[in-house]
Amino acid sequence: MREIRNYTLNFGPQHPAAHGVLRLVLEMDGEVIERADPHIGLLHRGTEKLAESKPYNQSIGYMDRLDYVSMMCNEHGYVRAIEKLLGIEAPERAQYIRVMFDEITRILNHLMWLGTHALDVGAMTMFLYCFREREDLMDCYEAVSGARMHATYYRPGGVYRDLPEQMPRYESSEFVSEREAKRRNANREGSLLDFIEDFVDRFPGLVDEYETLLTDNRIWKQRTVGIGVVSPERARQLGFTGPMLRGSGIAWDLRKKQPYAVYDQVDFDIPIGTNGDCYDRYLVRVEEFRQSARIIKQCIQWLRANPGPVMLDNHKVTPPKRAEMKDDMEALIHHFKLFTEGYCPPAGEVYAAVEAPKGEFGCYIVSDGANKPYRLKIRAPGFPHMAAMDEMARGHMLADVVAIIGTMDVVFGEIDR
Amino acid sequence: MTPEERLDELEEALEEQLEDFDCTTTRADGELTLVVPRDDLLPVMQRLRGHRDLSFEQCIDVCGVDYADYGVSEWVTTEAANVGFERGAEREPHEVRPENRFAAVYHLLSLDKNVRLRVKVFLDADRPVVDSVAGIWASANWFEREAFDLYGILFAGHPDLRRILTDYGFIGHPFRKDFPLIGQVEMRYDAEEGRVVYEPVGIEPRTLVPRVIRHDARYEEGRKPEQEAEDSDA
Repeated sequence: MREIRNYTLNFGPQHPAAHGVLRLVLEMDGEVIERADPHIGLLHRGTEKLAESKPYNQSIGYMDRLDYVSMMCNEHGYVRAIEKLLGIEAPERAQYIRVMFDEITRILNHLMWLGTHALDVGAMTMFLYCFREREDLMDCYEAVSGARMHATYYRPGGVYRDLPEQMPRYESSEFVSEREAKRRNANREGSLLDFIEDFVDRFPGLVDEYETLLTDNRIWKQRTVGIGVVSPERARQLGFTGPMLRGSGIAWDLRKKQPYAVYDQVDFDIPIGTNGDCYDRYLVRVEEFRQSARIIKQCIQWLRANPGPVMLDNHKVTPPKRAEMKDDMEALIHHFKLFTEGYCPPAGEVYAAVEAPKGEFGCYIVSDGANKPYRLKIRAPGFPHMAAMDEMARGHMLADVVAIIGTMDVVFGEIDR
Repeated sequence: MTPEERLDELEEALEEQLEDFDCTTTRADGELTLVVPRDDLLPVMQRLRGHRDLSFEQCIDVCGVDYADYGVSEWVTTEAANVGFERGAEREPHEVRPENRFAAVYHLLSLDKNVRLRVKVFLDADRPVVDSVAGIWASANWFEREAFDLYGILFAGHPDLRRILTDYGFIGHPFRKDFPLIGQVEMRYDAEEGRVVYEPVGIEPRTLVPRVIRHDARYEEGRKPEQEAEDSDA
């Protein structure tokens, strides 16, 4: 008799469908997964330990690099934890800007997810469509912070600067004709808010376009319906948050249930799924596109009508203006102290969470009263999702593993930290 | 119900349900912390998960904390008036008390009641063992592996306590306060030997900004009781 044994397959860490550096050791019985053992940590940089060696503000930039497709949401979680520790609250305009950029970030993240997930499952066009829209949103990031991805825009006490009055424009060059430059600048004539408004007006139509390609697509449904089903009980047990939890039919969204910033001032709905499979999670995220666009629109209206400060005037925490420093000794001292030593929050411990596009992103800070966090623990939403890999993939075919990784929306920057 | 009212309700429910255990609750910044004696963790957690008035269905996070350097300042202003920033940042070896050096911190969330709770267990340095809660919440499995990997906290009864974030064959627990930030070994590819070799680190540790603890008058008032409680924990 021939010997029959299970086959062990190494999936990744260098595999285009592994979404980064995931090493998955799969025990296979033919083409059926018997056991999946994800090996993570290949992108571990020790962010939390690094943060312990730096003043609070210097770690904001590390937050962008955690979940590097939803940068500002991570910053929001960290900045909110510091603000809670210090007992300060950002001005209302800053809160609206944060909410607007959180939602821009959500669209950015979901676009990335949709493009790569569809690409993994075999729909090339989606990838091109999604990256086309991402480009516009990256320009918004660049307009406010100067960086397309790693913005470091949110600061304890507000946001770094107000929205620009003028959207940066393309220039003609020997490669770009004057006419072409003019065409590209068509929606960049006004301010950043005009540009974003133009985007959110266009965006629901574009989402329809994605849905035409996927929602009723036979191949897409074959690959996602009934794959990676998670019951509501298991979703709670496994610590799921965000769209992974909502896909299983639990209406839980921190923006609604534990509102932060100005989410209680804006109007939006939470979509939930019914079956808890990959297809339902797809539908949930697509609906979140539309809801995010709705929130952004309300923020634009408010921001147009209400100018004001975007940073607290408390110079123990926020830097004074350049101009003030030129003739005010006090401002100069504050600036010097803030950028050499930082600020010392009171001793204590806080946990602040935000609804990041992937789920609950939380920061737990222990402070002993020093200018650096004593301990910073980042609760990354992808971590428990990845931990559920074994349970979700068991009994599925090898090709379905790719769909499951896609639906989890994993980014190793945050899982490995 | 406002978040404050929900917390009031939770505080009452905790008092009622956990009266046979020696737990202490503290409330600060709108958050409730429950300190549990290490031997009672499992029954307390089971009650937190199972009882109708508490029903913490989700274990959001488990992490370790090393209290070895808690409250240690690297640069004291009163003594360092004429000493530069960098020279002042030389680290003095200080005594580390082995009792209650580590803590395992659990963040629980009740979707039903919409409240959060932080549960803390203090552990000794020579025997940092605590019961695993992976049997109560499946999500705790990986979180506990992480705390074991980074802090060396052992979770008794854990189904699969392997390292998770560090490299294969890594030695030590990198997030402990006595583990240097630059690490112990560095790795490079040796062309002559044709393999990757590990060597002791070749760079010097340095402090760019020293740890400073200011006794800020603004925080002295209302914060004092909690601060003292923290100090005695350390």
